[in-house]
Amino acid sequence: MSATSTQETAVRIRDLDFAYNGTPILENVTLDIMARDSLCIVGPNGGGKTTLLKLILGLLKPNRGEIEVLGLPPEKSRLRIGYVPQYARYDPQFPVTVLDVVLMGRLDRIFCGAYAKADHEAALAALAEMGLADLAGRLFAEISGGQRQRVLIARALAAEGELLILDEPTANIDAASEEQFFKLLTTLNERLTVMLVTHDVGFASKFFKSIVCVNRQVVLHPTSELTGELIRNMYGGDIRMIRHDHRCSPEGHCTHGIS
Amino acid sequence: MEFLEALADPAIPFLRYALAAGILASLSFGIIGTYVVARRITYIAGAIAHCVLGGIGAGLYCQHKLGITWFGPLSGAIAAALLAAIIIGLVSLHANQREDTAIGALWAIGMAVGLLFIAKTPGYIEPMSYLFGNILLISKFDLWMVLVLDALVVGTATLFYHKFLAVCFDEEYARLRGVRTDLYYLLLLCLTALTVVLLVRVVGIVMVIALLTLPAAVASNFAKGLWQMMVLATLFCIGFIGSGLAISYNFDLPSGPTIIVIAGLVYLVAACVRQFRKNSRLRSAV
Repeated sequence: MSATSTQETAVRIRDLDFAYNGTPILENVTLDIMARDSLCIVGPNGGGKTTLLKLILGLLKPNRGEIEVLGLPPEKSRLRIGYVPQYARYDPQFPVTVLDVVLMGRLDRIFCGAYAKADHEAALAALAEMGLADLAGRLFAEISGGQRQRVLIARALAAEGELLILDEPTANIDAASEEQFFKLLTTLNERLTVMLVTHDVGFASKFFKSIVCVNRQVVLHPTSELTGELIRNMYGGDIRMIRHDHRCSPEGHCTHGIS
Repeated sequence: MEFLEALADPAIPFLRYALAAGILASLSFGIIGTYVVARRITYIAGAIAHCVLGGIGAGLYCQHKLGITWFGPLSGAIAAALLAAIIIGLVSLHANQREDTAIGALWAIGMAVGLLFIAKTPGYIEPMSYLFGNILLISKFDLWMVLVLDALVVGTATLFYHKFLAVCFDEEYARLRGVRTDLYYLLLLCLTALTVVLLVRVVGIVMVIALLTLPAAVASNFAKGLWQMMVLATLFCIGFIGSGLAISYNFDLPSGPTIIVIAGLVYLVAACVRQFRKNSRLRSAV
């Protein structure tokens, strides 16, 4: 990588191995993610994308190797991360308002009792930033899938972290809102490091500075290097070329390191 | 109304106690029932309830056979309920699979232990009133008991409302916000256990789950958000217990089953109305 040492590292992973019930999921991962970078994490299903996120969040422990987030062990830097999980895993009937969901981003700031005024203001500001100010009092269960996705991002923003991690946020939005969504992430990227998992890059790559391919191994490419020639080399020629398209093949091009 | 006259009659205080206990306990039922329904842990609440019989049996045995006067059925019930809550909580937190099998086993073992203790306790003890409840046996002491447990449950549940809400809605995210979710989950189960002990007196072990969950389930049809659901569930619960007592008094019926049948009917009607409204909305949308 051509990163200069003057730049701040958001995530630093060294020689990491992770296995689940004896099955290796990630092997020998070394990765540096710079602050204010924007990455899209791609790879086949079961390739280890979500596992990589959970390791960074400290929800899983590596079997070997080191991981540092914002200069600290993951469990200690957790509160400085805004995390947007896949929304499909929520109970669709849970009785909770949109504002209450967003306020959960400030949960670490109260021990008991009610949220402070500042927490309410931050939550409402985050909702406004996502264009959802008028939905604050609605039930989370009543709004559309795309709106729910943006509510979860507002919750992550309300936490006021430095690193925004999104797990497959575009799975349920149509192409037009997807483009709008990526533009929004580009704006957020001016103040945050953004990591986004997707299994279909599509035209996503033009909104991101780097692409991380995860398939047992992890390789980071700057998107500027992502010319048609390079993609052909990476995939071994036999791919369907679409402008700005980029897919990790099951054969795993990621083993061919690019530096 | 016969029932209202009976309430005012100084010669029959038990009816007043019964109603007062029902109304007071409704607070806990509404709040904890809402968490149980929202988090979908009805099955766990059911297992805890059935383990209560084990504690009641042990309490009776200690009191009558061993002469340990301070450890009676109520202390036994509370101890068994809390123990069951912690065991089930740890199983569901740490066992990856077959959680339901473990819960089902505990459910039956709790009852079996209770029946064995009762069988070996000298004198005739009627397990029916524990299994099906008898709100009319409630004494002034029970009323104080309900009040204390109420204060504990309502106080904890409201103080940590936002933590419980987050743990129920999205446990993983709550953990990422620095909340010790395992502890709060266990605490919630312990509060459920205490509430179940309150309920056993009113409707008995077998029907506890119905009175814990039906008011909350009916409330969920109308509520916007969790705390509204709690308030509505409490009101529904008061309504079910009050009307159930009145009807059972007027028609000389057992109080527990009457209360449950009323709650069940209201739940069915509410579910039908909800489905009907949904269908007509779909039709008008086409």
